Amino acid sequence: MSDMRTPLAKVRGLGSAKDGTDHFWRQRVTAVANVFLISFFVILVISLQGSSYQDVVAAMGNPLVAILMLLVILSGVYHMKLGMQVIIEDYIHSEGKKVLALLGNTFFCALIGLGTLFAVLKLGFGG
Amino acid sequence: MVQLTLPRNSQVTDGKAWPKPDGATNLVEYRIYRWNPDEGRNPRVDTYYVDRDDCGPMVLDGLIYIKNKIDPTLTFRRSCREGICGSCAMNIDGTNTLACTKGMDEVAGDVVKIYPLPHLPVVKDLVPDLTRFYAQHRSIEPWLKTTTPTPEKEWRQSHEDRAKLDGLYECILCACCSTSCPSYWWNGDRYLGPAILLQAYRWLIDSRDEATGERLDNLEDPFRLYRCHTIMNCAQACPKGLNPAKAIAEIKKMMVERRV
Repeated sequence: MSDMRTPLAKVRGLGSAKDGTDHFWRQRVTAVANVFLISFFVILVISLQGSSYQDVVAAMGNPLVAILMLLVILSGVYHMKLGMQVIIEDYIHSEGKKVLALLGNTFFCALIGLGTLFAVLKLGFGG
Repeated sequence: MVQLTLPRNSQVTDGKAWPKPDGATNLVEYRIYRWNPDEGRNPRVDTYYVDRDDCGPMVLDGLIYIKNKIDPTLTFRRSCREGICGSCAMNIDGTNTLACTKGMDEVAGDVVKIYPLPHLPVVKDLVPDLTRFYAQHRSIEPWLKTTTPTPEKEWRQSHEDRAKLDGLYECILCACCSTSCPSYWWNGDRYLGPAILLQAYRWLIDSRDEATGERLDNLEDPFRLYRCHTIMNCAQACPKGLNPAKAIAEIKKMMVERRV
């Protein structure tokens, strides 16, 4: 089927979504947070290297460590979700596949995020 | 999905090697993309030899030499031959630039390789179809928009505000930047691309314009604006030395500024 719309009609398409700034801003906010949080996470992993299970439980029992770990997960997974969404929108062009991929991305990140949050909370409350 | 390989009917084949001009000693080899829609064949790359002693120093001079003296069927756009009309934008030596301001001496290596601007439909040889590009420019309404009744004389602007247009008004809409942008390659139907966004910013920061908010509304879109991932090919390619990526970043700043 040939498309006989004018070039301007095609460019205007469905109009502006009046959205996107929120996504852009949240990606930056989580990026800034991750600079500190991921640094903390790396230092924590290094300092716990070779430790026993009890040591890890004890470390997570410290409220400051547990809260920072929860923030690492929340900020990190949310940043991952936002970033993957951009990649999907960039490279997948058929609407059906794109919606499926975006759904999959959201579900995957929710699952990973809640799973790791649960693990940290469980350790934090005594393992 | 993004298509990374060329469709079968677009794959480039070896073309004709045209004879060297008689008696010429100072030769430059040109390899030029050729495609004629009337022939129904795949594109090919023809080889030509330009007599440096018989033509000017720029890549465009060599193209004109070929068209006049070797092969009159070679098709390309050109007009001002001094970098102000943007007609002769093409991919030379792997970079989008203007044939009229690119010297043959500036080309790395011995061979001048020329292709049309990437990722646009080809009309013929080095002539790309810029219809969508122009429609995108039209869509940002690139003219002064005001509600206040027009003053008797001119709309006044301070020197400081006028200076904000420097680095923007010089854009000649040659499309070198937009067609160098991977985001524009993959999503050119929805993403406006660096050239058009630089033009949009040119009107957004014009102190005389009264439609800034509407203009931002029109751009605030995950695809129209936010496909820019600061790849910076645009600034690299611009033959006028402008920085569309910076203009896009300024638009994003305005978007954030009006909500935080």
